[in-house]
Amino acid sequence: MSSKDDILEKIKQNQPSSISELPDLDSLGLDTHENLDKYKAVLKSIGGDFVEVKDYDDVISYINNNYNAKKRKITTLPELAEIAATNWTNDDPHSLENVELTIVKAHFGVAENAALWVTDELLGQRVSVFIAQYLAIVVNKKDLVPTMHRAYERIGNQEYGFGTFIAGPSKTADIEQSLVLGAHGARGLIVFLMD
Amino acid sequence: MKVGLFVPCYVDQFYPKVAIATYELLQKLGCDVRFPMKQTCCGQPMANSGYEHLTTGCDANFIANFAEFDYIVSPSGSCTLHVKDHLHDDKNEQLAAQIRTRVFELTEFITDVLKIEKIQGNFPHRVGMHESCHGQRMLKLSQMSELNAPYFSKPGQLLSGIKGLELVSLKRKDECCGFGGTFCVTEEAVSAKMGLDRVKDHENQNVEYITGGDMSCLMHLEGILKRQKSQVKIIHIAEILNSI
Amino acid sequence: MTGNIIEHSKAAETFNKDIKREEWHDETLWMVREKRDKAAFQLPEWELLRETASQIKNNVLSNNHQYLQDFEEQAKKNGIIVHWAADGAEHNKIVHSIMEKHGVKQIVKSKSMLTEECHLNEYLTEKGIDVIDSDLGERIVQLRKEAPSHIVLPAVHLKKEDVSETFHENIGTEKGNIDPKYLTEAARHHLRNIFLTRKIALTGVNFAIAETGEFVVCTNEGNADMGVHLADVHIACMGFEKIIPQRKHLGVFLRLLARSATGQPITTYSSHFKKPADGKEIHIVIVDNGRSTQLGREDFRNSLKCIRCGACMNTCPVYRRSGGHSYHNAVAGPIGSILAPNLDMSKNADLPFASTLCGSCTNVCPVKIDIHQQLYKWRQLLVKEGYTPKSKTIAMKAMSSVLANPVIFDFAGKTVRFVMQKAPGLVNNSFNPWYKQREMPAPPEESFRDWYKKNSRESKEKNNEQ
Repeated sequence: MSSKDDILEKIKQNQPSSISELPDLDSLGLDTHENLDKYKAVLKSIGGDFVEVKDYDDVISYINNNYNAKKRKITTLPELAEIAATNWTNDDPHSLENVELTIVKAHFGVAENAALWVTDELLGQRVSVFIAQYLAIVVNKKDLVPTMHRAYERIGNQEYGFGTFIAGPSKTADIEQSLVLGAHGARGLIVFLMD
Repeated sequence: MKVGLFVPCYVDQFYPKVAIATYELLQKLGCDVRFPMKQTCCGQPMANSGYEHLTTGCDANFIANFAEFDYIVSPSGSCTLHVKDHLHDDKNEQLAAQIRTRVFELTEFITDVLKIEKIQGNFPHRVGMHESCHGQRMLKLSQMSELNAPYFSKPGQLLSGIKGLELVSLKRKDECCGFGGTFCVTEEAVSAKMGLDRVKDHENQNVEYITGGDMSCLMHLEGILKRQKSQVKIIHIAEILNSI
Repeated sequence: MTGNIIEHSKAAETFNKDIKREEWHDETLWMVREKRDKAAFQLPEWELLRETASQIKNNVLSNNHQYLQDFEEQAKKNGIIVHWAADGAEHNKIVHSIMEKHGVKQIVKSKSMLTEECHLNEYLTEKGIDVIDSDLGERIVQLRKEAPSHIVLPAVHLKKEDVSETFHENIGTEKGNIDPKYLTEAARHHLRNIFLTRKIALTGVNFAIAETGEFVVCTNEGNADMGVHLADVHIACMGFEKIIPQRKHLGVFLRLLARSATGQPITTYSSHFKKPADGKEIHIVIVDNGRSTQLGREDFRNSLKCIRCGACMNTCPVYRRSGGHSYHNAVAGPIGSILAPNLDMSKNADLPFASTLCGSCTNVCPVKIDIHQQLYKWRQLLVKEGYTPKSKTIAMKAMSSVLANPVIFDFAGKTVRFVMQKAPGLVNNSFNPWYKQREMPAPPEESFRDWYKKNSRESKEKNNEQ
């Protein structure tokens, strides 16, 4: 008997004799707060920042004004090709070590916790949003949902190899409960809320 | 209705005035109250130490003393809880189960059974209320701070009619005092520190009295106050309400 | 108690010798409890969420057998390699064998309480593997050769000065510089090098989804992701009870987890791993290590609902005043005290008694584990199995005879009061643990029943009849 068989046999013997029903989730997440306002407020409270933009020109303009032109920037958005590299997705992930800013798009955002959902197809490479010193994510204002329940409804049966919710910059409070932004991931997150 | 007065063993021996106040208060509220003389202890000190199996004697004695009463009332949340949860009789489980439904802590008896909202008494002092864990979280005498749920307090409600009584607001509303039964000696360091911290919270609010529904908690806090030679005094809620 | 384990009450006594430090520890964790409260009270449906999560986990307990098979089937379809470990030793062997297969002698880890439970770090180190913990708190305690003291805040028992000294000695920071920003920046550089050079990364598992075969890892620092996305091999370790039925259930648990743990609406990263990236490997090690035994204990199986948020520790007045190390287990506090005795009753018999049964833990638990009731039940079981001192049993037997017999009870009470009045020194001394920091209650002249015999209406009626 393999360990797997052993373990499963023990579990079968020991679990309760009747199955408890799964609860339905229908009465959860029914709140109707204003998504955009809530998103902005929560994002600020978790150390992130936002800029409301009409289009990618606004994004380009903002990045040019606020980030050092000489530092390396990468993106998966063809619209930003003039300010950031787009040909790195097949490179060795370690070569992204010197990236200052990664700019990607999110599928959608969640107002209650300011999280943004990104998957492989939007990331270029999985490490891209973690290894950069700074992170920028574009999301359409109409793609903000109120709660995680609506988020998973939206994800549905989406196929992905890897996906992650990103809420704010990387952080830690492990040193005497002092909050410090920029632990191992991005030191700062800017969200471009696009019309 | 016949009410049996159930007095915690250590209250009977060390804090008789609490039992006297309870007895007098229930009478003033119109109850026919009797104290069955042969009662002893609910068995909680043994049960909480892991020796539940040694409490059959206490259980049998409790049933023998209290079976005849319509209601059994006690000025102790933790003793009431213990009987409500753990009273058993191998020979007559049905009777034991029935008796468990008739046991009440003093303040919940007044609000839920006698349906009295306030007690018009007199106690012109600054008072801190100690929420005993068993009474508050298990008997649900008042809302606990952990839950996102509407506030209520049965003892608080009764006290709101007491003239001159100023109830203070504590920093940690319902942290445990640290008595915990045999815990108070087996984990003496933590027990005493928890008591010291509770006392400090009350003292920071300049209370004259600390009150509550359980003499076990109050006895522990009083021990600390006396060691500090503090001016703050302990009074059981029955004694305040008995000023009616 | 076996070996060189220090019993909780003794460890707690030592912890309380440094009063300033104890008060700082207590206040720090109380603030985390307050943060949880603030977050919980912002969601009007908080209690419904808890109830829903509890019911989902109840369903899991009753259907674990099926869900684990579903999970393995789906995970394998997605290219994840699934291993099963009956106990900690087998888990450690599996992890090592994966490393050997790849000829790798260095590993970077993110937080996994399971690996603490299995003592993986010690095992790998003995085999000549260089193990680095990448969570900042865990790295700090690793450098100090200590165990983490809290499952979410591993270094909560340490002050800035302690961290500064440790970093100065080990990673070359300025002596005496206690600025958390400076220290965190130093750790960022130190660990970035590690991430960039490790070929194998290990993580824990917060949730594993039976429906899809994916698993979720939550961090604030991003260390789990930095490790795995730069490595060739990702090893994920999970206790089998981490399984949940469907992807949509993550909505419930991800809303509860961070709010309960630290008061944040969600951790910075909630990474869902379904398929390995091209050319890379993901392994998952499913571990039993006593969990199937706990599953069979009707009174205690609910402890397996735990999602490792730590809320129970933050609210526990005893944990805050004794520190996680005093529980001598990877998982400490209230939940640790109902899990550990299952692993070893002899070593952990002290833990269920390190509590006043106040019930605060039960009411912050996001999955509604009846912690305080299980603590009570463990006490009964431990006594029954003979794991309490004989002296205690003798004392309890004596107490039960006195307390069950009204005549003896009355006599005993009178005697005690008499002694306390006439010879207080017999009671008020250093042999009496109560007396160390508290005065004894003043012994009254008469008991209530004495008073009642003379003054009650009932007694007066009886006297009149005579």
